[in-house]
Amino acid sequence: MAERWRSALLLCLLMAASSLANSETPVSSSTGNETTGTGHETAAITTLPIVTWKWHHVEVPYLVALWVLVSWLCKLVIEANHNVTNYIPESALLICFGFILGGMIWGADKVQTFKLTPTTFFFYLLPQIILDTGYSMPNKLFFTNLGAILIHAIIGTCWNAATLGLSLWGCHQGGAMGNIEIGLLQYLLYGSLMAAVDPVAVIAVFEQVHVNEVLFILVFGESLLNDGVTVVLFNVFDAFVSLGGGAIDAKEIVKGIVSFFVVAFGGSLLGTVFGLLISLLSRCTKNIQIIEPGFIFVLGYLAYLTAEMLSLSSILSIVFCGVCCQKYMNSNMDENSIQTVRYAMKVFANGSETIIFVFLGISAIDKTIWVWNTGFILLTLFFILIYRFIGVFILTWFLNRSRLVPISFVEQIIMGYGGLRGAVAYGLAVNLNETKIKEKNLMVCTTLIVVYFTVILQGVTMKPLVQWLNVKRAATVDLTLVEKVQNKVFEHMLVAIEDISGQIGDNYWRNKNFEEKWMSRLLLKPSARKKQDRLFNVFHQLNLQDAMEYVKEGEHRGSLEFIRNESAFVDFKKKFGEDYEEAMPDIMAVMADDQGSLNDPVSACRRDPVPSVSLEMHEQNMRGLREAEGINSHYLLDQHLYKSRKQHRYRFSRSHLDINQDENEVQEIFQRTMRSRLESFKSGKMGVAPPKTITKHTKREPQPKVQPSARFNRKHKSGIENPVNPVAPSERAQVRTPGHLHRLASLRTSAQPGDTVRDRNLLTPPPPPHRDDDHL
Amino acid sequence: MGSSRSSLRRVPDGQQLLQETGCEPERWFCLGLRSEDLEAELSENPIGDRIVGAFFQPGQETVDFPSFVRVLAHFRPTEKNRTRDGVQPEPANSRNRKLKFAFQLYDQDRDGKISRTELLQVLREMLGLQVTEEQLQSIAERAIQEADLDRDDAICFDKFRKSLEKVDIDHKMSVRFLE
Repeated sequence: MAERWRSALLLCLLMAASSLANSETPVSSSTGNETTGTGHETAAITTLPIVTWKWHHVEVPYLVALWVLVSWLCKLVIEANHNVTNYIPESALLICFGFILGGMIWGADKVQTFKLTPTTFFFYLLPQIILDTGYSMPNKLFFTNLGAILIHAIIGTCWNAATLGLSLWGCHQGGAMGNIEIGLLQYLLYGSLMAAVDPVAVIAVFEQVHVNEVLFILVFGESLLNDGVTVVLFNVFDAFVSLGGGAIDAKEIVKGIVSFFVVAFGGSLLGTVFGLLISLLSRCTKNIQIIEPGFIFVLGYLAYLTAEMLSLSSILSIVFCGVCCQKYMNSNMDENSIQTVRYAMKVFANGSETIIFVFLGISAIDKTIWVWNTGFILLTLFFILIYRFIGVFILTWFLNRSRLVPISFVEQIIMGYGGLRGAVAYGLAVNLNETKIKEKNLMVCTTLIVVYFTVILQGVTMKPLVQWLNVKRAATVDLTLVEKVQNKVFEHMLVAIEDISGQIGDNYWRNKNFEEKWMSRLLLKPSARKKQDRLFNVFHQLNLQDAMEYVKEGEHRGSLEFIRNESAFVDFKKKFGEDYEEAMPDIMAVMADDQGSLNDPVSACRRDPVPSVSLEMHEQNMRGLREAEGINSHYLLDQHLYKSRKQHRYRFSRSHLDINQDENEVQEIFQRTMRSRLESFKSGKMGVAPPKTITKHTKREPQPKVQPSARFNRKHKSGIENPVNPVAPSERAQVRTPGHLHRLASLRTSAQPGDTVRDRNLLTPPPPPHRDDDHL
Repeated sequence: MGSSRSSLRRVPDGQQLLQETGCEPERWFCLGLRSEDLEAELSENPIGDRIVGAFFQPGQETVDFPSFVRVLAHFRPTEKNRTRDGVQPEPANSRNRKLKFAFQLYDQDRDGKISRTELLQVLREMLGLQVTEEQLQSIAERAIQEADLDRDDAICFDKFRKSLEKVDIDHKMSVRFLE
């Protein structure tokens, strides 16, 4: 309730401000655009003014800031009630709010002082949205489906443009639209600007629907990449319209086709160059970590503007900039910087999106631009829908013949229905030249109506449609443990089968050699590259995590009482067996060292005899621990399952930011496999070839070898009833490590097949734990 | 069709293989084993040994072509519009058979159940060194608890299949072959 009052107050303030502004300046001002006269009033003053009203001084920035605030308040009001957004997508509601605001301003001023100008949109509002999508693009999924995406983007958009233009022209010839002056070329121009699926609208609608990732990436990727085609088509037809119908011959058409390749590939190449530049830069910014996050915004924006300057596709440029720099930036930058970048991107992108939709609504409330032509508008709507579906069906039919897992009919319907038009089309329409195209207003109006239709109507009905058609949704996060493990097993299985059958699967193109040899060497910090061999780092992380768990457990019992409480300490020991006795002193020492200030109280309290913790609290703790155990298992699996070379899971959302990390476990898996081969050689169970020499990997061995010996020679304690105590074992492992370094040496030097006989004795693995017997 | 028929005759049990696997045997001739790269790449795979082992029948030391083909046939994409006449044996790439193959990867001793130790072994292979033995134990125990219905501390095939209902087997267990 409070928010509504606040926003109403601000709206009134806005109206007052705007009417005041307009009474002073006759020129209508758009936000963020050309500066209106900011001259000081040089009226004669008779006495010293204490306070003056300096509206003109601040007019433009003030209005900009006020509008941003108002748009974001609208979003606040909408999100106040979560149930509404389940049925109506946020973008639709924002447009409606825009209508209301526009109506208020219109009522106050009788003229629409604020609208979404193309300059504002294309230069200040769109780039950050696209940068965000590029930066958080799931690269593997994207490139896996790149073929399908490109076909839809290029051929689909051309199809849309051509058919729409030609059909409208045909209807015009047939007299369905009455008396308007639009020639064939202008129809084609109009078709080209209406053809493009809009990324902003797609994100806004699909985010709440949660379809499965392949479907989403197809629609979304298409909406991004079709900008290349849109720009070319628009410019080509715009030039043709200027040249006039007579000057178009084969040469011009050929030039048009060539310009497509130049624009599209040029834009992408430019973006890639900027992406690599950013990565290179992030390698050197160790000393300025405080502004490290800023570079990507600046350089991304420069990529966008440079492409605009060279008349290449700016959206493609900024998309590829984000796509290329992801990996390197996430490795090179400090953890805090990475978080900052991620959150800042989301803030900008979300904010811009909100502003865009509000202004799309406001821009409609303007009597001067409205020209109504029933035939034109209805036919446009009709044709857009029809041709979108036809295009999708035809193209998918072609694609399915070579796709591994075909796109089902239901998914095709969603793809067709998800062809939403948005602000990009509107921006292009407003950019039309009025002198050359007399019916510009009609086109603008129709574009607006199409945008409203797709965003509001299709947005609202998308979710019910998805549910009704039973489209496969995004995988729910809560997989059972079995599912999780099994998924990984499947992935590894597939990779192996592909290797065995000699197929060039998706893995071929991920041939890591080029990437590792050249790009990583150039673009990653030396320390980051070392981290790719990550065992030690993960060990450290695990210890940190264990320590945190330990503290959390302690707090669960009430402010680390178990440290202070001697008997609670004893209970702890009794519960978890005497294994941790040796480890506890280590931890105590560590903790005491770390927290110098706590040193005295801790040790002092430990000496105090205090009555034991009540049994109930103990039981409660055990129950809590049981649940924690379950969560731990899930968490562990999430963190530590090997990622195969095939896939990583991603989640799409404007508001959820998941980190996806790529670990190079090759080294460790290789060692483990070697070990098991030595075992099997001994037991003679499998018919696999005798183990090969390990020599080719020796150069990478020194550090990681520390770990295997820990695994090898850990004695298995029995009798642990509650196996979850995350803390002590890692300490134990650490304790055990140094003692077995000598076995390391022997493993490394005697790596010839002939020596395996000798090694067998050294590397005898411990017998499998017989815990089944003494389990509860 | 004529050429394929002659090639069918050349391959032993060709006709039978065709029925079982649904794929013409002449295609399989194109598949070759690349020895060195295979060794390196498979060794990087945490369950590479198991997969290679799955090709061999229990007790045998060599694999012959029909067995090889039969195993690989599991990985063909599932065809949805196959008519189910009861006469034909269940095709190799049906969802059931795929799951059975996956089940057998766990169940090395072929007793029809995944016991706790077997699950532990797979988990140990699949998880990094960073996970301690106790953690592995608790994961295995919890996994069995989730899937186990008759409390015998093992997962039988039915339970396995039920717990994987939501998983998209088609996507996850299909490889593009030359067809």
